[in-house]
Amino acid sequence: MIYFDNSATTKIDQEVLDTYTQVAQNIWGNPSSLHKLGDRAYQLLASSRKQIAQLLGTKTNEIFFTSGGTESNNWAIKGTALQKQAFGHHLITSSVEHASVANAFTALENLGFRVTRLPVDKAGRVNVNDLRNALDSETTLVSIMGVNNEIGTIQPIEEISDLLTNYPNIHFHVDNVQALGKNIWSQVFTPRVDFSSLSAHKFHGPRGTGILYKKAGKMVLPLHDGGGQEKGLRSGTENLPAIAGMAKAIRLLLANEKSNAVKEETIKDRIVNYLQDKPGIKIFSPVNAGFTPHILCFALEGIRGETLVHTLEEHDIYTSTTSACASTKTDQASTLVAMHVDDKEATSAIRLSFDETNTLAEADEFISVFDQIYRHFAPINHLGE
Amino acid sequence: MKYTEIMVRYGELSTKGKNRKDFIGRLAGNVTRVLRDFPQIELHPRHDRMHIVLNDAPFAEIDQRLKKVFGIQTYSPTIKVEKTLTKIEETALALMKETYQEGMTFKVNTKRSDHNFTYDTNELNQLVGDYLFKNMSNLKVEMKHPDLVLRLEVRQDAVYISNQLLHGAGGMPVGTGGRAVMMLSGGIDSPVASYLALKRGVDIDMVHFYSPPYTTEKALNKAKELTGILANYAGRINFIAVPFAEIQETIKEKLPEGYLMTVQRRFMLRLADQIRAKRKGLAIFNGESVGQVASQTLESMAAINDVTTTPVVRPVATMDKTEIIRLAEQIGTFDLSIQPFEDCCTIFAPPRPKTKPRIDKAREFEARLDVEGLIERALAGIKITTIYPGDKFIADKAAEDTALL
Repeated sequence: MIYFDNSATTKIDQEVLDTYTQVAQNIWGNPSSLHKLGDRAYQLLASSRKQIAQLLGTKTNEIFFTSGGTESNNWAIKGTALQKQAFGHHLITSSVEHASVANAFTALENLGFRVTRLPVDKAGRVNVNDLRNALDSETTLVSIMGVNNEIGTIQPIEEISDLLTNYPNIHFHVDNVQALGKNIWSQVFTPRVDFSSLSAHKFHGPRGTGILYKKAGKMVLPLHDGGGQEKGLRSGTENLPAIAGMAKAIRLLLANEKSNAVKEETIKDRIVNYLQDKPGIKIFSPVNAGFTPHILCFALEGIRGETLVHTLEEHDIYTSTTSACASTKTDQASTLVAMHVDDKEATSAIRLSFDETNTLAEADEFISVFDQIYRHFAPINHLGE
Repeated sequence: MKYTEIMVRYGELSTKGKNRKDFIGRLAGNVTRVLRDFPQIELHPRHDRMHIVLNDAPFAEIDQRLKKVFGIQTYSPTIKVEKTLTKIEETALALMKETYQEGMTFKVNTKRSDHNFTYDTNELNQLVGDYLFKNMSNLKVEMKHPDLVLRLEVRQDAVYISNQLLHGAGGMPVGTGGRAVMMLSGGIDSPVASYLALKRGVDIDMVHFYSPPYTTEKALNKAKELTGILANYAGRINFIAVPFAEIQETIKEKLPEGYLMTVQRRFMLRLADQIRAKRKGLAIFNGESVGQVASQTLESMAAINDVTTTPVVRPVATMDKTEIIRLAEQIGTFDLSIQPFEDCCTIFAPPRPKTKPRIDKAREFEARLDVEGLIERALAGIKITTIYPGDKFIADKAAEDTALL
């Protein structure tokens, strides 16, 4: 089996699973309980938070545990919009965000908020000048993803941060669900970033757990009211086994961050080299510093992405059309549409997403399988004629 | 650099003429105690200084411990070498390379007790100085106030080389100041007062009042762990836990609210005094600071102190809270002190205690109680634990967490 769909989810790491099991079996008290079982659970929760803060370079009181990327995104966006209503109703995002961001903004739009969706260039990247022009006295939030989940574009978070330094009251949220452990953290998690979302299952952690980084002092309305966990901002009994597992997954992820990124880039590079001069193939994720090494999106002209995914699956190779969350609902990649890619190409796009468990041998195996598929489809579609 | 011995210079005790021998003996005993897990170490206490022969024990660890032994003014890690010029020069160079930093000044200072050695003091200063100049760049010599002094001591058996002067804790060796009891709560002030008592050489036993089920096991363990931190300065400390719930319940039931606090404190002082007498102590220490809370006004102190004529010493009496906190941070008790576990001083605290209680009233109210019986039963329930440096009582699962995470 070749698993090239790591941006959809990753396989849980065995060591992480061991931690999950041990905590679930042995440290199962409620961290809020007064007795020693509660104390023990609370202590492990605190240790997990401390370790994560150290690894991410934040303060301990800036890490909030959530149920994952979708919740973190919804919380930062809706929580800011509602919290800061007295200061304005204008929100800015990009036109290439993950559904959990894009649809949160749509929901707010339906409630009467004004939303600006910044356009992107041919590489899927927003332009800081567009953002500058969109800002007004009513703007309370800017939310731009760090790494695009469909084609891997790294957004200019550093430039945006420079611009927003002059607007200290605007909340700056960065969806970094695709960005951790890819050796670009300092580019997408600048000191100006006020909120940032992470999801454990994207880096071999457990499902159903994630993080919202909230800069100390920034106010955000809670979406979950209740027993007052997470400093009263995110109530609900803490998912301690998953949180401990996530703390471990982040440690393991960052231990070999650099060499992992190099490895992913080598794999991407090899496949791109094979694909790039083939007639009828269009690559949307080039190998350069503007793109993350772990995502490769390309289209084979005339063949729907879905068909290609299933054909590869017959050879035990797992890929996806585009964002797994959107792929079952629409034929088109929303990022590619926003890039004004031709409809035909957009419906043909597939995404390969790698991680450090993949090998160059797998890349070669993919190339040999894909070559058979290509030679089958090319004459049917008169490619290269 | 591998040091072979440490030369320890005595503090204030050098001035204490006839008691010197006693003081040196006590200091040697205290040093032995804090280094008890290094059996290879040899101690040579002499009238002017003490030599600690390391025999391969690690200096870095011993350094950490010596810093906390009262009675030491300064100390120098030293290397013993054979009496050849080459050996002296090589060792001096290695030492200098390790401690010398850009821009520092230095000088060589030789002392010779072996007058038959080939080179005299001036020759050695000259030769070693020249050798260092030849082998290190940018050295600067300064005779009057050098940053580094390279000391060479030529003795009969060998040459001893050192170039660091490290500061000790000062004060007097614990035990030279006599015995006393210390009233330790779990707060910020009493650990600081304990430290100051130890610094003046007083050997203290901790008296801690606890009131289960009103106070938790955690509060008791916190006081014990604080004692573990303070034991670094004393070698070991006896921790005496006194059950106090019955007394508090009785007082609350029978006396008017305004005097609850005053009478409780009178009982505490009585108990501390009886424990002191049994253990042949001479004084009672506590962490009271004038005017800090209702029980610490001069009126309150007078009404409470009324139960004994034993000296009650209050080392932090005139310090500001910020000064106390600074010391607490310095000695490492602050973070533990601020852990929020209720102790027996806060439970049964009346909402409006008298800040100016009257002695006659306190006596009058107390007469309604079976004071002797209460005291007797409390004393019957005391538990004594000997606590050593760094002993832990609060379950620390950090290691388990690290393994999991």
